[in-house]
Amino acid sequence: MTLLAALGAFTLGLLAAIGRVTIFAADTVSHFLRPPFYGREFAVALLNIGWLSLPVVGLTAIFTGAALALQIYAGGARFNAEAVVPQIVAIGMVRELGPVLVGLMIAARVTSSIAAEIATMKVTEQIDALVTLSTHPMKYLTVPRVLAALITVPLLVAVGDIIGIFGGYAVATGTLGFNASAYIRNTVDFLEPLDVISSLVKGAVFGFLAALMGCYFGMNSGRGAQGVGRATKSSVEAAAVLILAANFVLTGVFFSL
Amino acid sequence: MIQLSNVKKSFGNNHVLRGVNLDIPRGTSMVIIGGSGTGKSVALKCILGLVTHDSGTITVDGQPTGKGDRDAFLARFGMLFQGAALFDSLKVWENVAFRLRRGSLKRPKDEARDIAIEKLRRVGLTPDVADRLPAELSGGMQKRVGLARAIAAEPEIIFFDEPTTGLDPIMAGVINDLIREIVTEMGATAMTITHDMTSVRAIADNIAMLHDGKIRWTGPVADMDSADDPHLQQFITGSPDGPIEAVR
Repeated sequence: MTLLAALGAFTLGLLAAIGRVTIFAADTVSHFLRPPFYGREFAVALLNIGWLSLPVVGLTAIFTGAALALQIYAGGARFNAEAVVPQIVAIGMVRELGPVLVGLMIAARVTSSIAAEIATMKVTEQIDALVTLSTHPMKYLTVPRVLAALITVPLLVAVGDIIGIFGGYAVATGTLGFNASAYIRNTVDFLEPLDVISSLVKGAVFGFLAALMGCYFGMNSGRGAQGVGRATKSSVEAAAVLILAANFVLTGVFFSL
Repeated sequence: MIQLSNVKKSFGNNHVLRGVNLDIPRGTSMVIIGGSGTGKSVALKCILGLVTHDSGTITVDGQPTGKGDRDAFLARFGMLFQGAALFDSLKVWENVAFRLRRGSLKRPKDEARDIAIEKLRRVGLTPDVADRLPAELSGGMQKRVGLARAIAAEPEIIFFDEPTTGLDPIMAGVINDLIREIVTEMGATAMTITHDMTSVRAIADNIAMLHDGKIRWTGPVADMDSADDPHLQQFITGSPDGPIEAVR
Protein backbone atom coordinates (compact mmCIF):
# COMPACT_ATOMS: atom_id res chain seq x y z
CA MET A 1 0.00 0.00 0.00
CA THR A 2 2.85 2.35 0.91
CA LEU A 3 4.53 1.50 -2.38
CA LEU A 4 1.34 2.24 -4.29
CA ALA A 5 0.90 5.52 -2.47
CA ALA A 6 4.50 6.49 -3.27
CA LEU A 7 4.00 5.53 -6.91
CA GLY A 8 0.78 7.54 -7.02
CA ALA A 9 2.41 10.57 -5.43
CA PHE A 10 5.31 10.35 -7.90
CA THR A 11 2.95 10.08 -10.87
CA LEU A 12 0.83 13.00 -9.70
CA GLY A 13 3.97 15.07 -9.09
CA LEU A 14 5.29 14.23 -12.55
CA LEU A 15 1.99 15.12 -14.22
CA ALA A 16 1.82 18.37 -12.28
CA ALA A 17 5.37 19.26 -13.36
CA ILE A 18 4.56 18.46 -17.00
CA GLY A 19 1.46 20.63 -16.70
CA ARG A 20 3.41 23.56 -15.24
CA VAL A 21 6.06 23.38 -17.97
CA THR A 22 3.38 23.10 -20.67
CA ILE A 23 1.53 26.15 -19.35
CA PHE A 24 4.82 28.06 -19.15
CA ALA A 25 5.63 27.11 -22.75
CA ALA A 26 2.17 28.08 -23.98
CA ASP A 27 2.39 31.36 -22.10
CA THR A 28 5.79 32.07 -23.66
CA VAL A 29 4.60 31.33 -27.19
CA SER A 30 1.47 33.42 -26.67
CA HIS A 31 3.70 36.43 -25.95
CA PHE A 32 5.72 36.06 -29.16
CA LEU A 33 3.31 38.16 -31.17
CA ARG A 34 1.95 40.46 -28.48
CA PRO A 35 3.67 43.77 -27.79
CA PRO A 36 5.64 45.23 -26.17
CA PHE A 37 8.80 43.76 -27.70
CA TYR A 38 12.19 44.35 -26.17
CA GLY A 39 14.55 44.73 -29.14
CA ARG A 40 17.68 45.34 -27.11
CA GLU A 41 17.17 42.25 -24.96
CA PHE A 42 16.47 40.23 -28.11
CA ALA A 43 19.67 41.49 -29.76
CA VAL A 44 21.72 40.65 -26.66
CA ALA A 45 20.16 37.17 -26.60
CA LEU A 46 20.97 36.66 -30.30
CA LEU A 47 24.58 37.57 -29.58
CA ASN A 48 24.90 35.40 -26.47
CA ILE A 49 23.09 32.34 -27.76
CA GLY A 50 24.10 32.48 -31.40
CA TRP A 51 27.36 34.26 -32.08
CA LEU A 52 29.12 33.45 -28.81
CA SER A 53 28.22 29.75 -29.09
CA LEU A 54 29.98 29.41 -32.45
CA PRO A 55 33.43 28.45 -31.08
CA VAL A 56 32.18 25.61 -28.89
CA VAL A 57 29.82 24.38 -31.61
CA GLY A 58 32.56 24.50 -34.22
CA LEU A 59 35.08 22.63 -32.07
CA THR A 60 32.52 20.00 -31.07
CA ALA A 61 31.48 19.45 -34.69
CA ILE A 62 34.96 19.25 -36.20
CA PHE A 63 36.21 16.68 -33.70
CA THR A 64 33.01 14.65 -33.99
CA GLY A 65 33.14 14.63 -37.80
CA ALA A 66 36.80 13.63 -37.74
CA ALA A 67 36.23 10.82 -35.24
CA LEU A 68 33.20 9.65 -37.20
CA ALA A 69 35.27 9.32 -40.36
CA LEU A 70 37.86 7.23 -38.55
CA GLN A 71 35.19 4.99 -37.00
CA ILE A 72 33.33 4.44 -40.27
CA TYR A 73 36.57 3.68 -42.09
CA ALA A 74 37.66 1.18 -39.44
CA GLY A 75 34.20 -0.39 -39.14
CA GLY A 76 33.60 -0.43 -42.91
CA ALA A 77 36.92 -2.25 -43.42
CA ARG A 78 35.40 -5.33 -41.74
CA PHE A 79 33.16 -5.86 -44.78
CA ASN A 80 35.13 -3.98 -47.46
CA ALA A 81 32.94 -0.87 -47.28
CA GLU A 82 35.58 1.77 -46.54
CA ALA A 83 34.33 3.82 -49.51
CA VAL A 84 31.09 4.81 -47.74
CA VAL A 85 32.90 7.21 -45.38
CA PRO A 86 31.72 10.45 -47.14
CA GLN A 87 28.11 9.34 -47.29
CA ILE A 88 27.90 8.06 -43.71
CA VAL A 89 29.73 11.07 -42.30
CA ALA A 90 27.33 13.36 -44.13
CA ILE A 91 24.19 11.53 -43.13
CA GLY A 92 25.42 10.96 -39.57
CA MET A 93 26.33 14.58 -39.04
CA VAL A 94 23.31 16.16 -40.71
CA ARG A 95 20.60 13.84 -39.49
CA GLU A 96 21.80 13.04 -35.97
CA LEU A 97 25.11 14.12 -34.56
CA GLY A 98 25.02 17.72 -35.73
CA PRO A 99 21.64 18.63 -34.22
CA VAL A 100 22.01 16.50 -31.10
CA LEU A 101 25.52 17.60 -30.21
CA VAL A 102 24.77 21.24 -30.91
CA GLY A 103 21.59 20.90 -28.84
CA LEU A 104 23.49 19.36 -25.94
CA MET A 105 26.25 21.99 -26.13
CA ILE A 106 23.57 24.69 -26.11
CA ALA A 107 21.99 23.01 -23.09
CA ALA A 108 25.34 23.04 -21.33
CA ARG A 109 26.31 26.56 -22.30
CA VAL A 110 23.09 28.52 -22.76
CA THR A 111 20.50 26.76 -20.61
CA SER A 112 22.76 26.85 -17.57
CA SER A 113 23.60 30.50 -18.16
CA ILE A 114 19.96 31.54 -18.60
CA ALA A 115 18.82 29.59 -15.53
CA ALA A 116 21.59 30.96 -13.32
CA GLU A 117 21.03 34.54 -14.48
CA ILE A 118 17.26 34.52 -14.05
CA ALA A 119 17.43 32.60 -10.77
CA THR A 120 19.89 35.15 -9.41
CA MET A 121 17.56 37.92 -10.55
CA LYS A 122 14.75 36.23 -8.68
CA VAL A 123 16.76 35.74 -5.50
CA THR A 124 17.89 39.38 -5.53
CA GLU A 125 14.33 40.63 -6.14
CA GLN A 126 15.19 41.98 -9.59
CA ILE A 127 12.18 40.16 -11.03
CA ASP A 128 9.90 41.77 -8.43
CA ALA A 129 11.52 45.08 -9.36
CA LEU A 130 10.67 44.47 -13.02
CA VAL A 131 7.02 43.97 -12.09
CA THR A 132 6.89 47.13 -9.98
CA LEU A 133 8.38 48.97 -12.96
CA SER A 134 5.43 47.85 -15.10
CA THR A 135 7.50 45.32 -17.04
CA HIS A 136 6.25 41.78 -17.60
CA PRO A 137 9.11 39.40 -16.70
CA MET A 138 7.91 36.88 -19.26
CA LYS A 139 8.12 39.46 -22.04
CA TYR A 140 11.38 41.00 -20.86
CA LEU A 141 13.32 37.88 -19.86
CA THR A 142 11.79 34.76 -21.39
CA VAL A 143 10.48 35.78 -24.81
CA PRO A 144 13.72 37.37 -26.12
CA ARG A 145 15.82 34.40 -25.03
CA VAL A 146 13.47 31.69 -26.32
CA LEU A 147 12.90 33.50 -29.61
CA ALA A 148 16.63 34.06 -30.07
CA ALA A 149 17.34 30.37 -29.44
CA LEU A 150 14.56 29.36 -31.80
CA ILE A 151 16.22 31.40 -34.57
CA THR A 152 19.92 30.92 -33.88
CA VAL A 153 20.20 27.25 -32.93
CA PRO A 154 19.10 25.99 -36.40
CA LEU A 155 21.78 28.25 -37.86
CA LEU A 156 24.30 26.85 -35.38
CA VAL A 157 23.23 23.35 -36.37
CA ALA A 158 23.75 24.21 -40.05
CA VAL A 159 27.20 25.56 -39.27
CA GLY A 160 27.92 22.50 -37.08
CA ASP A 161 26.84 20.16 -39.88
CA ILE A 162 29.16 21.85 -42.37
CA ILE A 163 32.11 21.94 -39.98
CA GLY A 164 31.49 18.31 -38.96
CA ILE A 165 31.48 17.21 -42.56
CA PHE A 166 34.65 19.21 -43.08
CA GLY A 167 36.21 17.39 -40.10
CA GLY A 168 35.43 14.07 -41.77
CA TYR A 169 36.72 15.39 -45.09
CA ALA A 170 39.98 16.57 -43.52
CA VAL A 171 40.68 13.19 -41.92
CA ALA A 172 39.52 11.18 -44.94
CA THR A 173 41.59 13.12 -47.45
CA GLY A 174 44.51 13.79 -45.13
CA THR A 175 45.11 10.36 -43.59
CA LEU A 176 42.77 7.81 -45.15
CA GLY A 177 43.70 8.40 -48.78
CA PHE A 178 40.38 9.66 -50.15
CA ASN A 179 40.28 11.85 -53.23
CA ALA A 180 39.16 15.37 -52.26
CA SER A 181 36.85 16.12 -55.17
CA ALA A 182 35.28 12.66 -55.09
CA TYR A 183 34.68 13.02 -51.34
CA ILE A 184 32.84 16.31 -51.82
CA ARG A 185 30.86 14.99 -54.79
CA ASN A 186 29.79 11.89 -52.86
CA THR A 187 28.74 14.00 -49.91
CA VAL A 188 26.67 16.41 -51.96
CA ASP A 189 25.11 13.72 -54.12
CA PHE A 190 24.12 11.58 -51.18
CA LEU A 191 22.42 14.20 -49.03
CA GLU A 192 18.72 14.85 -49.68
CA PRO A 193 16.71 17.99 -48.92
CA LEU A 194 14.83 16.11 -46.18
CA ASP A 195 18.12 15.45 -44.37
CA VAL A 196 18.85 19.15 -44.22
CA ILE A 197 15.28 20.12 -43.36
CA SER A 198 15.15 17.58 -40.52
CA SER A 199 18.44 18.94 -39.19
CA LEU A 200 17.19 22.53 -39.14
CA VAL A 201 13.82 21.61 -37.62
CA LYS A 202 15.59 19.63 -34.92
CA GLY A 203 17.80 22.65 -34.27
CA ALA A 204 14.78 24.92 -33.86
CA VAL A 205 13.04 22.49 -31.49
CA PHE A 206 16.20 21.89 -29.45
CA GLY A 207 16.88 25.62 -29.22
CA PHE A 208 13.34 26.26 -28.04
CA LEU A 209 13.57 23.52 -25.42
CA ALA A 210 17.01 24.58 -24.20
CA ALA A 211 16.06 28.24 -23.68
CA LEU A 212 12.64 27.38 -22.30
CA MET A 213 14.11 25.10 -19.62
CA GLY A 214 16.61 27.75 -18.61
CA CYS A 215 13.86 30.32 -18.23
CA TYR A 216 11.43 27.96 -16.50
CA PHE A 217 13.84 26.76 -13.84
CA GLY A 218 15.26 30.26 -13.39
CA MET A 219 11.82 31.76 -12.86
CA ASN A 220 10.88 28.97 -10.43
CA SER A 221 14.15 28.95 -8.52
CA GLY A 222 14.31 28.45 -4.76
CA ARG A 223 15.94 30.89 -2.39
CA GLY A 224 19.62 31.54 -1.89
CA ALA A 225 22.73 30.17 -3.53
CA GLN A 226 21.44 26.62 -3.16
CA GLY A 227 18.25 27.54 -4.99
CA VAL A 228 20.24 29.07 -7.86
CA GLY A 229 22.50 26.02 -8.04
CA ARG A 230 19.58 23.62 -8.02
CA ALA A 231 17.74 25.58 -10.71
CA THR A 232 20.84 25.58 -12.91
CA LYS A 233 21.46 21.86 -12.50
CA SER A 234 17.81 20.93 -13.03
CA SER A 235 17.52 23.10 -16.11
CA VAL A 236 20.47 21.43 -17.83
CA GLU A 237 19.25 17.94 -16.91
CA ALA A 238 15.75 18.68 -18.16
CA ALA A 239 16.98 20.32 -21.35
CA ALA A 240 19.34 17.44 -22.17
CA VAL A 241 16.71 14.76 -21.56
CA LEU A 242 14.04 16.66 -23.51
CA ILE A 243 16.42 17.25 -26.42
CA LEU A 244 17.25 13.55 -26.64
CA ALA A 245 13.57 12.57 -26.34
CA ALA A 246 12.54 15.14 -28.93
CA ASN A 247 15.31 13.88 -31.21
CA PHE A 248 13.88 10.37 -31.05
CA VAL A 249 10.37 11.64 -31.82
CA LEU A 250 11.51 13.88 -34.67
CA THR A 251 13.66 11.17 -36.19
CA GLY A 252 10.60 8.93 -36.16
CA VAL A 253 8.47 11.65 -37.73
CA PHE A 254 10.97 12.43 -40.51
CA PHE A 255 12.38 9.05 -41.37
CA SER A 256 10.20 6.22 -40.11
CA LEU A 257 6.70 7.23 -41.08
CA MET B 1 -5.41 56.26 0.97
CA ILE B 2 -4.23 52.66 1.15
CA GLN B 3 -6.55 50.42 3.10
CA LEU B 4 -6.07 46.81 4.11
CA SER B 5 -9.13 45.06 5.53
CA ASN B 6 -8.85 41.64 7.13
CA VAL B 7 -6.09 40.60 4.72
CA LYS B 8 -4.99 37.00 5.10
CA LYS B 9 -2.19 35.11 3.42
CA SER B 10 -0.83 31.62 4.04
CA PHE B 11 1.99 29.65 2.46
CA GLY B 12 0.95 26.05 3.03
CA ASN B 13 0.50 25.68 6.78
CA ASN B 14 2.39 28.88 7.50
CA HIS B 15 -0.30 31.49 8.19
CA VAL B 16 1.69 34.67 7.65
CA LEU B 17 -1.07 37.27 7.63
CA ARG B 18 -4.03 36.40 9.83
CA GLY B 19 -6.28 39.37 9.23
CA VAL B 20 -4.37 42.60 8.78
CA ASN B 21 -6.33 45.85 9.09
CA LEU B 22 -4.42 49.02 8.31
CA ASP B 23 -5.15 52.50 6.95
CA ILE B 24 -2.43 54.67 5.44
CA PRO B 25 -3.78 58.18 4.81
CA ARG B 26 -2.71 59.97 1.65
CA GLY B 27 0.48 62.00 2.00
CA THR B 28 1.61 60.36 5.24
CA SER B 29 4.56 58.18 6.04
CA MET B 30 3.67 54.85 7.63
CA VAL B 31 6.40 52.62 9.02
CA ILE B 32 5.64 48.97 9.70
CA ILE B 33 7.78 47.35 12.36
CA GLY B 34 7.88 43.82 13.64
CA GLY B 35 10.18 40.87 14.09
CA SER B 36 11.70 38.89 11.27
CA GLY B 37 9.24 36.59 9.55
CA THR B 38 6.14 38.37 10.81
CA GLY B 39 4.87 39.11 7.31
CA LYS B 40 5.85 42.74 6.80
CA SER B 41 7.28 42.17 3.33
CA VAL B 42 4.37 39.90 2.43
CA ALA B 43 1.89 42.65 3.34
CA LEU B 44 3.78 45.09 1.15
CA LYS B 45 3.97 42.64 -1.74
CA CYS B 46 0.23 41.93 -1.41
CA ILE B 47 -0.49 45.62 -1.97
CA LEU B 48 1.63 45.65 -5.12
CA GLY B 49 0.17 42.38 -6.35
CA LEU B 50 3.55 40.61 -6.27
CA VAL B 51 1.89 38.14 -3.90
CA THR B 52 -1.82 37.34 -4.15
CA HIS B 53 -3.59 37.52 -0.80
CA ASP B 54 -5.97 34.70 0.11
CA SER B 55 -8.81 36.82 1.46
CA GLY B 56 -9.68 40.31 2.61
CA THR B 57 -9.55 43.49 0.57
CA ILE B 58 -6.82 45.94 -0.32
CA THR B 59 -7.83 49.26 -1.83
CA VAL B 60 -5.90 52.27 -3.08
CA ASP B 61 -8.04 55.40 -3.12
CA GLY B 62 -11.08 53.17 -2.82
CA GLN B 63 -10.20 51.05 -5.85
CA PRO B 64 -9.49 47.37 -5.16
CA THR B 65 -5.99 46.35 -6.20
CA GLY B 66 -5.69 43.67 -8.87
CA LYS B 67 -8.52 45.14 -10.94
CA GLY B 68 -8.33 47.57 -13.82
CA ASP B 69 -5.25 48.65 -15.79
CA ARG B 70 -2.22 47.05 -14.13
CA ASP B 71 0.27 49.35 -15.87
CA ALA B 72 -1.60 52.44 -14.71
CA PHE B 73 -1.86 51.02 -11.19
CA LEU B 74 1.85 50.25 -10.94
CA ALA B 75 2.76 53.62 -12.47
CA ARG B 76 1.51 55.19 -9.24
CA PHE B 77 4.11 53.30 -7.19
CA GLY B 78 7.83 53.49 -6.64
CA MET B 79 9.74 50.97 -4.60
CA LEU B 80 13.15 50.76 -2.98
CA PHE B 81 14.05 47.11 -2.47
CA GLN B 82 16.07 45.81 0.44
CA GLY B 83 19.09 44.96 -1.70
CA ALA B 84 18.33 47.78 -4.17
CA ALA B 85 17.52 45.11 -6.84
CA LEU B 86 19.36 47.01 -9.56
CA PHE B 87 19.60 45.31 -12.94
CA ASP B 88 23.20 44.14 -13.27
CA SER B 89 23.34 44.35 -17.04
CA LEU B 90 22.16 47.96 -17.27
CA LYS B 91 24.08 51.13 -16.54
CA VAL B 92 23.11 53.17 -13.50
CA TRP B 93 21.21 55.77 -15.52
CA GLU B 94 19.35 53.03 -17.40
CA ASN B 95 18.31 51.54 -14.07
CA VAL B 96 17.06 54.89 -12.81
CA ALA B 97 15.24 55.66 -16.06
CA PHE B 98 13.92 52.12 -16.51
CA ARG B 99 10.28 53.06 -16.10
CA LEU B 100 10.73 56.15 -18.25
CA ARG B 101 11.86 54.08 -21.24
CA ARG B 102 8.80 51.86 -21.48
CA GLY B 103 5.10 51.61 -20.78
CA SER B 104 2.69 54.47 -20.30
CA LEU B 105 5.40 56.81 -18.95
CA LYS B 106 7.79 56.35 -21.89
CA ARG B 107 10.03 59.33 -22.73
CA PRO B 108 12.69 59.91 -25.40
CA LYS B 109 16.09 58.51 -24.49
CA ASP B 110 17.83 61.87 -23.95
CA GLU B 111 15.02 63.20 -21.79
CA ALA B 112 14.96 60.00 -19.73
CA ARG B 113 18.73 60.23 -19.22
CA ASP B 114 18.47 63.86 -18.13
CA ILE B 115 15.78 62.96 -15.61
CA ALA B 116 17.88 60.06 -14.35
CA ILE B 117 20.90 62.30 -13.80
CA GLU B 118 18.72 64.86 -12.02
CA LYS B 119 17.34 62.13 -9.72
CA LEU B 120 20.86 60.84 -9.08
CA ARG B 121 21.87 64.35 -8.11
CA ARG B 122 18.81 64.51 -5.82
CA VAL B 123 20.08 61.48 -3.89
CA GLY B 124 23.59 62.90 -3.69
CA LEU B 125 25.31 61.11 -6.56
CA THR B 126 27.36 62.87 -9.22
CA PRO B 127 26.62 62.55 -12.96
CA ASP B 128 29.76 60.46 -13.55
CA VAL B 129 28.02 57.60 -11.71
CA ALA B 130 25.38 57.48 -14.44
CA ASP B 131 27.45 55.46 -16.89
CA ARG B 132 28.80 52.95 -14.39
CA LEU B 133 27.39 49.47 -13.81
CA PRO B 134 25.73 48.69 -10.46
CA ALA B 135 28.46 46.19 -9.55
CA GLU B 136 30.98 49.05 -9.55
CA LEU B 137 29.14 50.86 -6.75
CA SER B 138 29.28 50.45 -2.96
CA GLY B 139 26.24 49.18 -1.05
CA GLY B 140 25.32 52.70 0.06
CA MET B 141 25.58 54.04 -3.48
CA GLN B 142 23.44 51.18 -4.77
CA LYS B 143 20.77 52.07 -2.20
CA ARG B 144 20.84 55.65 -3.41
CA VAL B 145 20.50 54.52 -7.01
CA GLY B 146 17.58 52.33 -5.94
CA LEU B 147 16.05 55.36 -4.27
CA ALA B 148 16.59 57.45 -7.40
CA ARG B 149 14.87 54.74 -9.44
CA ALA B 150 11.96 54.65 -6.99
CA ILE B 151 11.35 58.40 -7.38
CA ALA B 152 12.27 58.75 -11.08
CA ALA B 153 8.68 58.81 -12.31
CA GLU B 154 7.53 60.92 -9.34
CA PRO B 155 5.11 58.34 -8.01
CA GLU B 156 2.25 59.10 -5.64
CA ILE B 157 3.12 56.17 -3.39
CA ILE B 158 6.59 54.97 -2.44
CA PHE B 159 7.48 51.74 -0.63
CA PHE B 160 10.76 51.27 1.18
CA ASP B 161 11.73 47.72 2.14
CA GLU B 162 14.41 47.74 4.85
CA PRO B 163 16.04 50.89 3.46
CA THR B 164 18.97 50.95 5.89
CA THR B 165 19.73 47.25 6.27
CA GLY B 166 23.41 46.51 5.72
CA LEU B 167 24.50 50.13 5.82
CA ASP B 168 26.82 51.77 8.33
CA PRO B 169 25.13 54.20 10.77
CA ILE B 170 26.26 57.29 8.89
CA MET B 171 25.03 56.04 5.51
CA ALA B 172 21.82 54.83 7.18
CA GLY B 173 21.31 58.35 8.51
CA VAL B 174 21.89 59.78 5.04
CA ILE B 175 19.31 57.42 3.53
CA ASN B 176 16.81 58.17 6.31
CA ASP B 177 17.18 61.90 5.76
CA LEU B 178 16.82 61.51 2.00
CA ILE B 179 13.66 59.47 2.39
CA ARG B 180 12.14 62.00 4.75
CA GLU B 181 13.06 64.95 2.50
CA ILE B 182 11.89 63.30 -0.69
CA VAL B 183 8.60 62.10 0.73
CA THR B 184 7.92 65.56 2.15
CA GLU B 185 8.83 67.50 -1.00
CA MET B 186 6.95 65.12 -3.31
CA GLY B 187 3.92 64.93 -1.04
CA ALA B 188 3.96 61.20 -1.57
CA THR B 189 2.36 58.50 0.55
CA ALA B 190 5.13 56.34 1.97
CA MET B 191 5.17 52.89 3.48
CA THR B 192 8.39 51.63 5.00
CA ILE B 193 9.33 48.30 6.48
CA THR B 194 12.19 48.33 8.93
CA HIS B 195 13.64 46.89 12.14
CA ASP B 196 15.76 49.98 12.64
CA MET B 197 14.23 52.17 15.36
CA THR B 198 16.44 55.10 14.33
CA SER B 199 14.84 54.89 10.88
CA VAL B 200 11.40 54.70 12.45
CA ARG B 201 11.91 57.95 14.34
CA ALA B 202 13.44 59.66 11.29
CA ILE B 203 10.93 58.56 8.65
CA ALA B 204 7.57 57.88 10.29
CA ASP B 205 4.46 59.96 10.77
CA ASN B 206 2.66 56.85 11.95
CA ILE B 207 3.81 53.40 12.84
CA ALA B 208 2.15 50.01 12.91
CA MET B 209 3.49 46.96 14.66
CA LEU B 210 2.85 43.64 12.96
CA HIS B 211 3.04 40.60 15.19
CA ASP B 212 1.67 37.11 14.80
CA GLY B 213 0.03 38.01 11.51
CA LYS B 214 -1.97 40.97 12.84
CA ILE B 215 -1.44 44.64 13.58
CA ARG B 216 -0.73 44.78 17.34
CA TRP B 217 -0.55 48.54 17.63
CA THR B 218 -0.80 51.52 15.35
CA GLY B 219 -0.61 55.22 15.98
CA PRO B 220 1.46 58.39 15.58
CA VAL B 221 5.18 58.00 16.10
CA ALA B 222 4.98 60.58 18.92
CA ASP B 223 2.78 58.18 20.90
CA MET B 224 5.02 55.19 20.40
CA ASP B 225 7.16 55.52 23.51
CA SER B 226 4.20 56.11 25.83
CA ALA B 227 2.10 53.26 24.42
CA ASP B 228 1.29 50.55 26.93
CA ASP B 229 1.41 47.63 24.51
CA PRO B 230 4.02 45.22 25.93
CA HIS B 231 4.89 43.83 22.47
CA LEU B 232 5.63 47.30 21.16
CA GLN B 233 7.64 48.27 24.22
CA GLN B 234 9.71 45.10 24.01
CA PHE B 235 10.41 45.80 20.35
CA ILE B 236 11.37 49.42 20.99
CA THR B 237 13.72 48.54 23.83
CA GLY B 238 15.05 45.42 22.12
CA SER B 239 14.69 43.47 25.33
CA PRO B 240 14.87 39.66 25.14
CA ASP B 241 12.35 39.53 28.00
CA GLY B 242 8.70 40.06 27.17
CA PRO B 243 5.76 38.57 25.29
CA ILE B 244 7.71 38.22 22.03
CA GLU B 245 9.76 35.06 22.14
CA ALA B 246 13.44 35.71 21.52
CA VAL B 247 13.90 32.28 19.95
CA ARG B 248 11.49 31.81 17.04
